[in-house]
Amino acid sequence: MTLTAKDVAEIMRLLEESSFDSLSLEMDGVKLKFQRGSAPAMPPAPDPPALAAPGAAAVASPAKPKTQIKPATEPGLAEVACPLLGIFYRAPKPGEQPFVEVGSKVGEDTVIGIVEVMKLMNSVRAGVKGEVVEILCNNGALVEYGQILLRVRLEA
Amino acid sequence: MAIRRILIANRGEIAARVIRTCKTLGIETVLAASEVDLHSLPARLADRTLCIGPARPAESYLRVDTIVQAALGVEADAIHPGYGFLSERAALARLCEEEGVTFIGPTSAQIDAVGDKLHARDEAAAAGVPIAPGGPVGTVGEAMVLGREIGAPLLLKAVGGGGGRGMKFVERVEDLPDAFALAAAEAGAAFGDARVYLERFVRHGRHVEVQILGDGKGGVVHLGERDCSVQRRYQKLIEETPAPVLSDELRSRIHAAGVRFAERLSYRGAGTVEFLVDLERDAFYFLEMNARIQVEHPVTEAVTGVDLVAEQISIAEERRLRLAAKDIRREGSAIECRINAEDPARDFHPSPGTVHAVVWPAGEGIRVDTHIVSGAHVPPFYDSLMAKIIVHGADRSSALERLRLAISQTHVEGVATNLSFHAEVLADPEFERGGVDTSYVPRFLQRRRLPQESYADG
Repeated sequence: MTLTAKDVAEIMRLLEESSFDSLSLEMDGVKLKFQRGSAPAMPPAPDPPALAAPGAAAVASPAKPKTQIKPATEPGLAEVACPLLGIFYRAPKPGEQPFVEVGSKVGEDTVIGIVEVMKLMNSVRAGVKGEVVEILCNNGALVEYGQILLRVRLEA
Repeated sequence: MAIRRILIANRGEIAARVIRTCKTLGIETVLAASEVDLHSLPARLADRTLCIGPARPAESYLRVDTIVQAALGVEADAIHPGYGFLSERAALARLCEEEGVTFIGPTSAQIDAVGDKLHARDEAAAAGVPIAPGGPVGTVGEAMVLGREIGAPLLLKAVGGGGGRGMKFVERVEDLPDAFALAAAEAGAAFGDARVYLERFVRHGRHVEVQILGDGKGGVVHLGERDCSVQRRYQKLIEETPAPVLSDELRSRIHAAGVRFAERLSYRGAGTVEFLVDLERDAFYFLEMNARIQVEHPVTEAVTGVDLVAEQISIAEERRLRLAAKDIRREGSAIECRINAEDPARDFHPSPGTVHAVVWPAGEGIRVDTHIVSGAHVPPFYDSLMAKIIVHGADRSSALERLRLAISQTHVEGVATNLSFHAEVLADPEFERGGVDTSYVPRFLQRRRLPQESYADG
């Protein structure tokens, strides 16, 4: 059995959609290693249609998880980390506009997404002031505590 | 239903232990880890690790919703809760039942039934399992009546307690009114349940427990007993099987009582029925049932050759028991020492930190269950268990000799450990004779404080 170019493309697509960072594959003496690049994980492409939390609008969790801000490697950039494990949604409802896009201006209290934990919707706030330069998490994906959701260019 | 992927909702040595069996069964593992455990040995062994929250257990390992969401998010078929944390929280088992995730353990109803210690006591009585004289007491008046009937000394126990928590010793019946008020208030604060019950206090008792496997369809077998009398403040330190210096007649009765209790509940999974053996009366009483895999399970595995975690998984797959009583043979003797990051020189004060270097013992009949490798951290947020050293020998004296050697080969740098305590106990003639009671450790520690006693150097 050999791998066709189509197979490789399919594997790359699967990896892209998964929340794994790398995939090693070994078969019939062929060794392949796929890794998410450090380049933007997703192009700022149009979002998939089902782009929001199922059900009604976001219900704020009683215990508000505090957004963590991590200094990014590049000066002037901040990384917005996910404050809890759950399913990440970029828009308040299916079919609605995402909370933020690349280029959006955010303030500390700007809601940038929703994390669902067993049907409880938790709003995630930016925690910093600036402009969104990168969105690192897919809609509907499982996000971990501390996972980087966005990169924001800080406003001076 | 075959389990292909398991979310492990635990940390430390038991997480590593469960992953080991999963690997042999070809089951994928996803470790649910807190932020400080992301680089631990279990995280390296698991196929995948998910960060579920910050270090504090209340924000990570104790969050029922997060654990179930994590299992659903990675499409795990089942959750293994290990011991401690959420392992005996009916809420986790219940949410798993609702969400169609297999909980590797008993049903939520069974966890409730044994979690309420008074209910468990009633079940024991109904199953014909001996219980210590006593009963529920709702008022001081009731406590006084029952207290006089049983006779002092007494124990007041919280219905929501267990594992040594929520107990109050009452030396004289006259002390009951004050003790009752205090016990009820403490129970209310600690367990959200102010109910207490009274039992006879057994002055010289041994902790003997029976390992049970049940398939939830009525099938129950026991895998022998473990003696866990070497305890300090209800924390077990050394466990062994078979229980030494115990008549075969009493041993069989204890096994049968454990099986009867589990049969009464139609128990599903691995569980342990704990008894207190009253040395003065040559009797034994039901203490409680632990509805999970236990820390000391490897001694049972050593003498029976049964992988209890594999049996847990098989039962969770809704299979009938694979082992019949006649298939379970217990050979030789096994002893376990719990190596904790605790400093015996400072009253066993926890000693978290970084382990700079570690050497665990190896050799014939030696097993070490641990998550500690050189460079590992012992975070201050969790219990201090670093490793379990388990030895197996043809008989108790050869196992003991092996264990002494194993302890002497063990070397840990960076954190204080209780290794020296174990070395001293294993060299103590009283322990060597076997059959010590649960007051042995405090007595031993008292003895070695006296300067004229020099045997402790040996």
